[in-house]
Amino acid sequence: LKLCKYCLSGHPTLPCNVLKFKSTTIMLDCGLDMTSTLNFLPLPLVQRYELKECSGHVFVDSVPEFCLPETELIDLSTVDVILISNYHCMMALPYITEHTGFTGTVYATEPTVQIGRLLMEELVNFIERVPKAQSASLWKNKDIQRLLPSPLKDAVEVSTWRRCYTMQEVNSALSKIQLVGYSQKIELFGAVQVTPLSSGYALGSSNWIIQSHYEKVSYVSGSSLLTTHPQPMDQASLKNSDVLILTGLTQIPTANPDGMVGEFCSNLALTVRNGGNVLVPCYPSGVIYDLLECLYQYIDSAGLSNIPFYFISPVANSSLEFSQIFAEWLCHNKQTKVYLPEPPFPHAELIQTNKLKHYPSLHGDFSSDFRQPCVVFTGHPSLRFGDVVHFMELWGKSSLNTVIFTEPDFSYLEALAPYQPLAMKCIYCPIDTRLNFIQVSKLLKEVQPLHVVCPEQYTQPPPAQSHRMDLMVDCRGPRSSPCLSSVSPTETPVCFQLADALVPMEIKPGISLATVSAVLHTKDNKHVLQPPPRPAQPTGGKKRKRASDDIPDCKVLKPLLSGSIPVEQFVQTLEKHGFSDIKVEDTAKGHIVLLQEAETLIQIEEDSTHIICDNDEMLRVRLRDLVLKFLQKF
Amino acid sequence: MPEIRVTPLGAGQDVGRSCILVSIAGKNVMLDCGMHMGFNDDRRFPDFSYITRNGRLTDFLDCVIISHFHLDHCGALPYFSEMVGYDGPIYMTHPTQAICPILLEDYRKIAVDKKGEANFFTSQMIKDCMKKVVAVHLHQTVQVDDELEIKAYYAGHVLGAAMFQIKVGSESVVYTGDYNMTPDRHLGAAWIDKCRPNLLITESTYATTIRDSKRCRERDFLKKVHEAVERGGKVLIPVFALGRAQELCILLETFWERMNLKAPIYFSTGLTEKANHYYKLFITWTNQKIRKTFVQRNMFEFKHIKAFDRAFADNPGPMVVFATPGMLHAGQSLQIFRKWAGNEKNMVIMPGYCVQGTVGHKILSGQRKLEMEGRQVLEVKMQVEYMSFSAHADAKGIMQLVGQAEPESVLLVHGEAKKMEFLKQKIEQEFRVNCYMPANGETVTLPTSPSIPVGISLGLLKREMAQGLLPDAKKPRLLHGTLIMKDSNFRLVSSEQALKELGLVEHQLRFTCRVHLHDPRKEQETAMRVYSHLKSMLKDHCVQHLPDGSVTVESILIQAAAHSEDPGTKVLLVSWTYQDEELGSYLTSLLKKGLPQAPS
Repeated sequence: LKLCKYCLSGHPTLPCNVLKFKSTTIMLDCGLDMTSTLNFLPLPLVQRYELKECSGHVFVDSVPEFCLPETELIDLSTVDVILISNYHCMMALPYITEHTGFTGTVYATEPTVQIGRLLMEELVNFIERVPKAQSASLWKNKDIQRLLPSPLKDAVEVSTWRRCYTMQEVNSALSKIQLVGYSQKIELFGAVQVTPLSSGYALGSSNWIIQSHYEKVSYVSGSSLLTTHPQPMDQASLKNSDVLILTGLTQIPTANPDGMVGEFCSNLALTVRNGGNVLVPCYPSGVIYDLLECLYQYIDSAGLSNIPFYFISPVANSSLEFSQIFAEWLCHNKQTKVYLPEPPFPHAELIQTNKLKHYPSLHGDFSSDFRQPCVVFTGHPSLRFGDVVHFMELWGKSSLNTVIFTEPDFSYLEALAPYQPLAMKCIYCPIDTRLNFIQVSKLLKEVQPLHVVCPEQYTQPPPAQSHRMDLMVDCRGPRSSPCLSSVSPTETPVCFQLADALVPMEIKPGISLATVSAVLHTKDNKHVLQPPPRPAQPTGGKKRKRASDDIPDCKVLKPLLSGSIPVEQFVQTLEKHGFSDIKVEDTAKGHIVLLQEAETLIQIEEDSTHIICDNDEMLRVRLRDLVLKFLQKF
Repeated sequence: MPEIRVTPLGAGQDVGRSCILVSIAGKNVMLDCGMHMGFNDDRRFPDFSYITRNGRLTDFLDCVIISHFHLDHCGALPYFSEMVGYDGPIYMTHPTQAICPILLEDYRKIAVDKKGEANFFTSQMIKDCMKKVVAVHLHQTVQVDDELEIKAYYAGHVLGAAMFQIKVGSESVVYTGDYNMTPDRHLGAAWIDKCRPNLLITESTYATTIRDSKRCRERDFLKKVHEAVERGGKVLIPVFALGRAQELCILLETFWERMNLKAPIYFSTGLTEKANHYYKLFITWTNQKIRKTFVQRNMFEFKHIKAFDRAFADNPGPMVVFATPGMLHAGQSLQIFRKWAGNEKNMVIMPGYCVQGTVGHKILSGQRKLEMEGRQVLEVKMQVEYMSFSAHADAKGIMQLVGQAEPESVLLVHGEAKKMEFLKQKIEQEFRVNCYMPANGETVTLPTSPSIPVGISLGLLKREMAQGLLPDAKKPRLLHGTLIMKDSNFRLVSSEQALKELGLVEHQLRFTCRVHLHDPRKEQETAMRVYSHLKSMLKDHCVQHLPDGSVTVESILIQAAAHSEDPGTKVLLVSWTYQDEELGSYLTSLLKKGLPQAPS
């Protein structure tokens, strides 16, 4: 097995890896690290300077920029395919597929593409709706950056940070995606086969099997064993992997998602009861479906039936609608509901009963419908752009209000920094359903891969909790290294279509041999052996032949011979076939059989026979056939 | 000899009761399990006793596959699994799994409650039967067991309709179920990749029809409905609750909207709303346009189409009613038909195929006096129209699919014998493949030559590659090697390697022939003449003159020697190994003819 893995993203939950395997170059995920935006000022706060200090922190006052996957390490035009595991891990796709010479195909499931499109659409909309005249670049000058306070000073590769893509680039990138279903086998150039498997983390989220005929690589990224809305994780198909690449584990290994949901509900209820508003910065898809479902069950018992819930996002309506049409990608319970037929998610009922309302932005209808106290779900969780910025400004000054952080991607303290000082309450309830370390070790025990490859961060406890030896991937059993190579296989499969024509002979007990002469067809990297065509019968009509027609094709190969010739039996055979006057002489290495009448000499040794005769083709062929009777052909 | 066997238990030279048994590489698969609309006795279900005389079906069948939810493809399923007894897996797509039990329940109600049949399957049996169902995704490769795998392709006939590929090793069969090759207002077109199955089993409902453009048919339909409504007539459109009904609803809805028409449109049975709900939830199975716009406007939310009440049938004034079932063989559509048949202002439009024996079939074949139950005779004065809106592929579409899949042979089912005959000829002519059309109970056997996967040593493969510059699909090359069979492990290696691995020594067989040449010159000159002669004769071969005076052609050695007795004769010794026999023997015969006269 020989494979090479390049890691193009330092962020283990937003991976971007490139795998070279069987002469194909496969990119695994296209995560976009958006934590870089935390160094920027929230968008609507327009200023005239490049940098601004806010309660002890210095921020860049500019259109926020993102930290892209490494694009210099490998030539992106050589990437054959990109496999996407879930909609959070494709946000860098336009940067990779556009303007880089990329000509390959992207594979993803339908929900991944549809919801991924919504996430990108929201992002583009958030950034473009507040146009800024210029983007700051002076601070990126190394000499200036050096003098800035942390964390700006420590930000690496700031020169590669990029502004957001446009919707046009998004559409072009998405048009390169080919839709796939779970357990669909996709052939890449006949060299490898890739198959997406349910990973249980989000709608349409998948792990990938990448296999050749003799090797199997599993790519496990963003998987969950918890029962939420998506189809459960397919673990069985990961078995017998030579290599298991493990990324996208939980970012909050110490928090229990169920407990966090409980805390979320009780804090929400407490605030609202006291007449305050609740702000939930979130992505427009994913955990929000589960939160709405919990609230659906909770609001009546908590006496919150009259509190309005608002979901504000340019894609709020689409997200809610799309969630209802992916029955096949949902967990069993939700599937059964669709069979009734009822919408799988209860937020349909919340909308019908007017408890949940959705708006594309806080301008327009929302401003007239808006009642307080209320609960608002809106983006972006970084608090740097989107409608959430307005709500932070509107509600930040009152201690009655609460902001509850549920998305684990951003440090909530850093997210809040530019809004300080802040009177509103801040609750941190990160809900990350991805695998934790206990689940990982159980999974590895279950599927038994030969090698595990994982980001360095997972091989040691998190820096803040360095004593927690349980918060790391235990790779002591299997070997873990970024680049693997061992003996390459010496064989490749070929389809054999001449079983009828074979004459096997048993050489040793249990071992049979058969010589094969066949036509090799090679197509799409697949080899097929078929019976050779029968030699064309000479056509009677054509008498005239050119001399060159007779020249035999040297490529008609004769088999190799093996064995030895017992002289006595050979002589008997010769006599039986009408040769007389045979004389046998012994030599140092064997015998010489003389056919005096025919002036022919046959030298027989242990592993060779030499027939020396006059130019009599008939005779030569007769002798040849007699000799061959004693030998085996290969 | 390995073979694929196919026996239709239903739908062999017939439409209805689809049920086809396939045996492939030792696996037995049943495709569809339908009922026949034209019969009310035993003949309505396939004869399952054919499958196995004594012994359980579960032991004999590896799996059952249902292509879509129409009753002529799944109507016998509860009878088959619960009353005859089958506990193995039943595969169908998610929408089929959702909708199938509802139609079965509907069917059961008509049979038991309305017709009072005893010994019919019960509601509980339908539920138990559906518990055996395993839902499949499109393009998902489902491993039924270690060897048997199935894969669903989009068929576009109704919501959730699928074609299935059944594969064991390198052998495969594709069953199309019912399919449509042209996208319509709510579904997309059937699609399959070039999977080159050994056999393609295709429906052939419209084997001889080549339909005109869909737009014309739609315009015709709308014109007829419009005219009837304008003159105050009532229009009955018998449909099945799911499928064409939605297509025609979308069509009428948009027409009513555009023309600002006021006549009411009704849709019978409580199924409607439910049915439309299924379309909304399974919108990923509809066509691209609907999928793209569903957030803004869901095409299955109708403004003009209202639920029908039985009392409405006697209302004065024009109206359009969609009523089930589609072949006028029972239920509400038949009731309304009886009420309206006497008035020539009214109209009935049959939008789909009608099975023989149904009222629909009778009126379409021109019968105007119908004998109803209780010897009553119903005179049909209303206008009878037929419009092909069935989502079946027409002859062109079937040919298109055959071209797409590139099968080695084709088998026709789900059509009428006469029409099949025509299509069979056409397929055999155009694609030069065998085409079969077995009747029910008749078995077609196809020999196959299965491929065995063998490990080939890379060395051998690379050596073959080196002979040609590039792998060229059009110019296959001969490959020689030795197959080592050890236990069940098959490996193909070069002969040398095989000898080495088995610890055997090669035995070299060499021939040396003496060729007498009349040439008084010296040996060296003779050799030189031989060289220039061979060089001119064998342009494609490597002919060399070595310093020691000998001549080689490839690996064949030619030496010239003086004759011991006759100085005017030279002896050429031509020597080669067994492996070069062809060339060696050719050379001797060539040299025997003598050398051309040297230029003087």
